[in-house]
Amino acid sequence: MTKFFTSSIGQKFFMSITGLFLMVFLMVHLTINSLLLFGDGTLFNVAANFMSSNPLMKVVEPILALGFILHIIYAAYITLKNMKARPQGYKVASKTKASWASKNMFILGALIFIFLAIHLANFFWKIKFGTVETTHVEGQELHNVYALVAGLFKGWWWYNVLYMLGAIFLFLHLTHGFWSAFQTIGWNNEKWIRRFKTIGYIYAIIIAGGFAFIPLYFLLKFVV
Amino acid sequence: MKIKLNIWKQANAKAKGKFERYELDGVDAEMSFLEMLDSLNEKLIKEGKEPVAFEHDCHEAICGCCSLYINGHPHGPGKETATCQVHMRSFKDGDTITVEPWRAKSFPVLKDLMVDRKAFDKLMAAGGFISIDAGQAPDANSVLVGKIDADKAFDAAACIGCGACVAACKNSSAMLFVAAKVSQLALLPQGKVEAKRRALNMVAKMDELGFGSCTNTGACEAECPKGIGIDFIAKLNREYLSASFSEAE
Amino acid sequence: MSKLDAKIPEGPLAEKWSKYKATQKLVSPNNRKKLDIIVVGTGIAGAPAAASLAEMGYNVKVFCFQDSPRRAHSVAAQGGINAARNNKNDGDSVYRLFYDTIKGGDYRAREANVYRVAEVSSNVIDQLTAQGVPFAREYGGTLANRTFGGVQVSRTNYAQGQTGQQVLLGGYSALKRQVALGKAKMYSRQQMLDVVIIDGKARGIITRNLVTGEIERHAAHCVVLATGGYGTIYYLSTLAVQSNASAAMQAFRKGAFFGNPSFIQIHPTCIPVLNEYQSKLTLMSESLRNDGRIWVPKAEGDKRKPKEIPDEERDYFLERRYPAFGNLVPRDVASRAAKERCDNGFGVGKTGLAVYLDFRDAVAKQGKKVIKNKYGNLFAMYEKITGDSPYETPMMIYPAGHYTMGGLWVDYNLQTTIPGLFAIGEANFSDHGANRLGANSLLQGAADGYFIAPYTVSNYLADEISNKVPSTDSPEFVEAENGVKDNLEKFLSINGTKTATSFHKRLGHIMWTYAGMQRNEEGLKKAQAEIADLKKEFWSDLKIPGKVDEINQELEKASRVADFIDLAALIVTDALNRKESCGAHYREESRTEGGEAMRIDKDYSFVAAWEYQGDDKEPKLHKEELKFENVEVKVRSYK
Repeated sequence: MTKFFTSSIGQKFFMSITGLFLMVFLMVHLTINSLLLFGDGTLFNVAANFMSSNPLMKVVEPILALGFILHIIYAAYITLKNMKARPQGYKVASKTKASWASKNMFILGALIFIFLAIHLANFFWKIKFGTVETTHVEGQELHNVYALVAGLFKGWWWYNVLYMLGAIFLFLHLTHGFWSAFQTIGWNNEKWIRRFKTIGYIYAIIIAGGFAFIPLYFLLKFVV
Repeated sequence: MKIKLNIWKQANAKAKGKFERYELDGVDAEMSFLEMLDSLNEKLIKEGKEPVAFEHDCHEAICGCCSLYINGHPHGPGKETATCQVHMRSFKDGDTITVEPWRAKSFPVLKDLMVDRKAFDKLMAAGGFISIDAGQAPDANSVLVGKIDADKAFDAAACIGCGACVAACKNSSAMLFVAAKVSQLALLPQGKVEAKRRALNMVAKMDELGFGSCTNTGACEAECPKGIGIDFIAKLNREYLSASFSEAE
Repeated sequence: MSKLDAKIPEGPLAEKWSKYKATQKLVSPNNRKKLDIIVVGTGIAGAPAAASLAEMGYNVKVFCFQDSPRRAHSVAAQGGINAARNNKNDGDSVYRLFYDTIKGGDYRAREANVYRVAEVSSNVIDQLTAQGVPFAREYGGTLANRTFGGVQVSRTNYAQGQTGQQVLLGGYSALKRQVALGKAKMYSRQQMLDVVIIDGKARGIITRNLVTGEIERHAAHCVVLATGGYGTIYYLSTLAVQSNASAAMQAFRKGAFFGNPSFIQIHPTCIPVLNEYQSKLTLMSESLRNDGRIWVPKAEGDKRKPKEIPDEERDYFLERRYPAFGNLVPRDVASRAAKERCDNGFGVGKTGLAVYLDFRDAVAKQGKKVIKNKYGNLFAMYEKITGDSPYETPMMIYPAGHYTMGGLWVDYNLQTTIPGLFAIGEANFSDHGANRLGANSLLQGAADGYFIAPYTVSNYLADEISNKVPSTDSPEFVEAENGVKDNLEKFLSINGTKTATSFHKRLGHIMWTYAGMQRNEEGLKKAQAEIADLKKEFWSDLKIPGKVDEINQELEKASRVADFIDLAALIVTDALNRKESCGAHYREESRTEGGEAMRIDKDYSFVAAWEYQGDDKEPKLHKEELKFENVEVKVRSYK
């Protein structure tokens, strides 16, 4: 087993497992965010506060962070190693048929990482360590996260654009990442490769479309 | 027709190479790509110049000698094609064709367009076999192999060991090559006995030899002259994972 | 004229091999690790021989000129491998395979050797299967079989149209296993340039490292040549462009007799010549004749498209001439029949040097899917080369040089006339007589490698236990190396104007014209003169760029062409000497009134083994009389 962790397939296995885990997280994240679209924000605030105060989240949060960190570290390490496997490149760039996303997963990942940093600074950091105005729902004092989100998206329009861009990067990353994860854990065959690719596209459209719609929604709501 | 060629020239493994330009007139559309290079060499020799070193042998897309990266494609244009099956009718009069050797750390250039693919032999020696001595074999019909498994094993076994998968892969990964051999033998009852050991040893050797890892771009499958699919890579992953979790080291 | 001793064991045919194995000399496992063996060539004979000998415990050094043993040209054999297993319950048996091979070879093969190959044929399939060769299977899991030309039973095992590749990879993987275990040492990209004889025994070889150009000496207790055939003597052939006769010629010059050099099989189903630059003809597996029907138009010079020619205006000439076997007549018969039609103006295609191989009826009867399953990869290959789809329009085919039945003369031990020098597979002359049956080449190579050479080589080595491997500094090695170096220098010093390839092309043309499918005294004499002239020109006007101590593909070619030129002269001498028609060797002077080949058993029932007498000197003929005690020698009829 020790060799497994250092083997190329083992390293990819961790990319895959962490990737799948992050994809589940994205699903949960989007489900909660979709509440932004309903009502005056009370629903969202309740859900967001539930997520941050739930004792289970104390356990999940570090795991999630670890998932991100492992995914990123392994990605960087594998990419670096793979670059070394071809010290001299071709003069004519490859014309081989392969999806653009599949060939640029690291770049997409890096862009998403930059987005993630901004995103964390915008929300996570402020909620956790900063001051967020409070609101009262049924007598309980809650962080008004809804106001935080709405404030960001009506403050500077380029935030809306940035978040939409983030969603596009995520979309591309997921179109390859989804089926690729199943391929790497060996859960594939001639038939399932095509099926997973299709499911992956649907998943990526839902996730990226959902996340992109939120800034768009606020843009339309406040600006127009 | 007239063709302009841009070919990698490198005197030996240690020398620094560069691209050399050639012009070739009177190229027949019916010529195979290799015959076009032959005629270039005949011309160069007559002019007292160094011919271009390149490998080819069977001209039937089965020996796997060719190692030409033509205009951004291993083996040149065309699906499921080795270089010997590329004909000049795939090009137009006046075209510039750039020919490079396979590029990978594990396939060092020996001269011009010739590369050293010993790494594949080493991979095979690491486990690409069934351990049986001559004389020990049971009756071939006593080992029943279902037609579907036999056909699938054949699909994997069709690999010609040319290295186009490595050449096409942005990571210079040999996963398709290893996957094909591991899958072929794991699909057959006679190969299952040492399937786990084989998967572990071949993957370990592959990493040791400096091939990159698989990032599932599918470039290998797109360029494989025998159309070997990446579903075999999934099978290799499966075999390797299950071996890693169960096999005592 | 001396008598050659084939060392055939006494006793009834069916018991000879068992008796040999029961009484042969053995080497104990302890002693095997003290004995070194050199194997040259890694095809379907060499790789298995090297692997099997290493498995037994000998130290094996294996040489090939390619970058990997897996590239040996056995890889290109398509159709299948025979085995007398009677899988189809259609009356097959060891004797029947033996009989078919002897008859197919037109009664010019040695009975005992052929019977032995038939006897081990089943073991070969078992062995290959155990190694993971994915032979075609029925749904129930048992081996599937197909029919091949020249026989009336279904005994050919296959792996689609890539049987040779799969069978070779079986041997290659076994060899790689021994390399990993340290029992075999692989020397790839090494061209053998001479065999070293010490005290009358083969003791080593001289090679050139094709990457560094270095000349190397390798010593051992014996040398096994598995260097394949010399069909590339015609320049255009179905062989790989690097296939060569050099190792055999080196052995010949050192005293090994060359058996039946003129027996060269012309394969009937190849893609015709398309242009003048062509360097190779592509074989279309003979298995295609199972379902394809061969025809030409009945009218001379009919230029209509094949589809537009109705059935009654087609001449299915094989079915017409040979009703019993039809399209499945042996290769020599099929080739000559096609040539006859084309020579008389009935040929098709641009050059008129082609006949149709039509799958219309097979597709109609069995459906496209079934045909695709059987021949899919062959059809795809044909379409890639010609641009035509055989599902839609008939294939065009024409005969091309293919397999050489001739080769180094060997006795029952597969040992040449030089003690300690063995020749196996296509490199020897032994089992196919004057014509090889389809799917017998893989069989013979694998049988030699897995199940025959390991025994006979051991039998030889049993007497070598007390002998040490000779020092590579011994005078014989030094002399051999100097000879090799001088020769290489000579090539480079000529500095003429013509390339090696241009000489090879001209040699091929001479051979195809005068010593190809049809031969006659006048033509052969003309060939003799032309070869002699070509040789002179070669040695005075050859141009080789580059140096010796680097990768120099032109130098490699030149040294091969030089050997081909000498071999060509030998082939012509042999063809002139044999004034009968037999198998692939068709002398126009010896035919029936119907134009069929006519053997002359009373004068030519022998193996012609030629002994080297010096450069440009007529070689000396030795005859091995062939005795047929177990088959009735008949006129070979496929009508």
